[in-house]
Amino acid sequence: MTSISQQFGRDEWTRFTPRQKLTRWGTLAGCALAIVWALSSIEVIWAWVWGAPEQIGDLFGRMYPPDPTNLVTILKVLWDTVNIATFATAFAVLLSLPVAYISAQNTTPNRGTLWLGRLILVTSRSVNTIIWALLFVAIFGPGIVAGIIAIMFRSIGFIGKLLGEAIEEIDKRPVEALEATGASRFKVIVYAIIPQVMPTFWAVAILRWDINLRESTVLGLVGAGGIGIVLQGAIDTFNWPEVATILLAIIALVIIGEVISAFLRRRIL
Amino acid sequence: MLKITDLVKRYGAGDPVLKNLDLTIEGESVVSIIGSSGAGKSTLLRCINRLVEPTSGSIILNGTELTTLRGKNLRAARRKIGMVFQGFNLVDRLTVMENVQSGRLGYISTWAAVSRRYPKADIQRAFELMERVGIAQYANSRADQLSGGERQRVGVVRALMQQPEILLADEPTASLDPKTSEQIMGLLRDLARELKLPVVINIHNVTEAKEYTDRIVGMRYGRIIFDDEPAKLDGAEMDKIYAGSPHADRATQGAETP
Repeated sequence: MTSISQQFGRDEWTRFTPRQKLTRWGTLAGCALAIVWALSSIEVIWAWVWGAPEQIGDLFGRMYPPDPTNLVTILKVLWDTVNIATFATAFAVLLSLPVAYISAQNTTPNRGTLWLGRLILVTSRSVNTIIWALLFVAIFGPGIVAGIIAIMFRSIGFIGKLLGEAIEEIDKRPVEALEATGASRFKVIVYAIIPQVMPTFWAVAILRWDINLRESTVLGLVGAGGIGIVLQGAIDTFNWPEVATILLAIIALVIIGEVISAFLRRRIL
Repeated sequence: MLKITDLVKRYGAGDPVLKNLDLTIEGESVVSIIGSSGAGKSTLLRCINRLVEPTSGSIILNGTELTTLRGKNLRAARRKIGMVFQGFNLVDRLTVMENVQSGRLGYISTWAAVSRRYPKADIQRAFELMERVGIAQYANSRADQLSGGERQRVGVVRALMQQPEILLADEPTASLDPKTSEQIMGLLRDLARELKLPVVINIHNVTEAKEYTDRIVGMRYGRIIFDDEPAKLDGAEMDKIYAGSPHADRATQGAETP
């Protein structure tokens, strides 16, 4: 009986052969070269980069103290922002229900509807909210309506996708049992599918509202209503103290939104 | 009366799971179907209420040919066939009462189903049946809060709420401990007598099959090779039913037919 080491008479071991080592070092060097080339090609003005700390200090100096004279207007526009997020989420939730139903493999009526559902989801998800907003500002003109519809379009894909996946993951056995009682398709959905996806439904709706609250703060940059319009106005006029107030207000809003959604999640789930 | 003639079920291109099977169940007898896993017991039961589509053959329940029904007519026929499942198949997040009433879904209007406004007669019958099996105190509890035996009782009551003409039970006790299992078998036997209802039970536990049922049907590789009263099931017959594996049986195409 000989052990493997006796049999082969080896007392040295390396993880890679010399040839493999060469390849690995070569790859590493290649990556480093690519990074250096990429950095040199984007024309960074290094003086500006090195001057950044000074600029940050300067900007903060001009922002401080925040100027609260327009606070009432800011809060009013902030409320618009909350409304954009909330209405858009509500509409998106309603519209995403049928989309989720036809894009889940186990509930979709046929292959045609399955692909239609997936097409809606992909279209909605692959276009950023800001791009949707640019489109709808052109259609509806600047203002809240464009903002609501832009966020809604982006949310349908998100909610529909997650809800559709929840439908695909349900326990099929209760569905089978209710089909065996002679219940119609609609009643089977109401009794066996909806109760099972309810927790996901609420979790996804709350999460999307949370995200929409943040997204709606930048919609104003393209004229689709909300706090972004005021923010851009203040930046364009170099009114840095007011910019500071607006930024603080946005941070406060996001924190409040986070607290509310955490509370709802605990409450409902 | 349930009359199955020349029933064949084939999944895909392989050998059929049910091979030209004939079975007649008359009156209010409790029939158990035994056989090793893969013998086709579950497929046979699911062909009756068309959860599985039979490939060919005929299944007639009290004068209605079940194999050709579609849509509305199929749903109407399914109302008359109650089914109890191995995994109970309750909707966990609904209350026991909602689960029980879901046995009536084929009868009530969509609005009544959605709004949970069940007919008074249905509520009364639900309470009677729940009291009969001892789960009335859980009417407002969520189904997932009950123990296994209690959950299967909910499953039985749901099936009985359909006022079925036959009750199918697919390994109703396989997920339960031995004591609870005997209680459920006793309950099925007693309910069959009380409601004058034929009951067909797929079961692995041969001792329970002998004790609680009037007739035993032994299946092997998609054929019935034993069909008699429990006392006639002796060691030799048991060996025939449980010998070999379904896979090996299919490979040899079951050369010797009983």
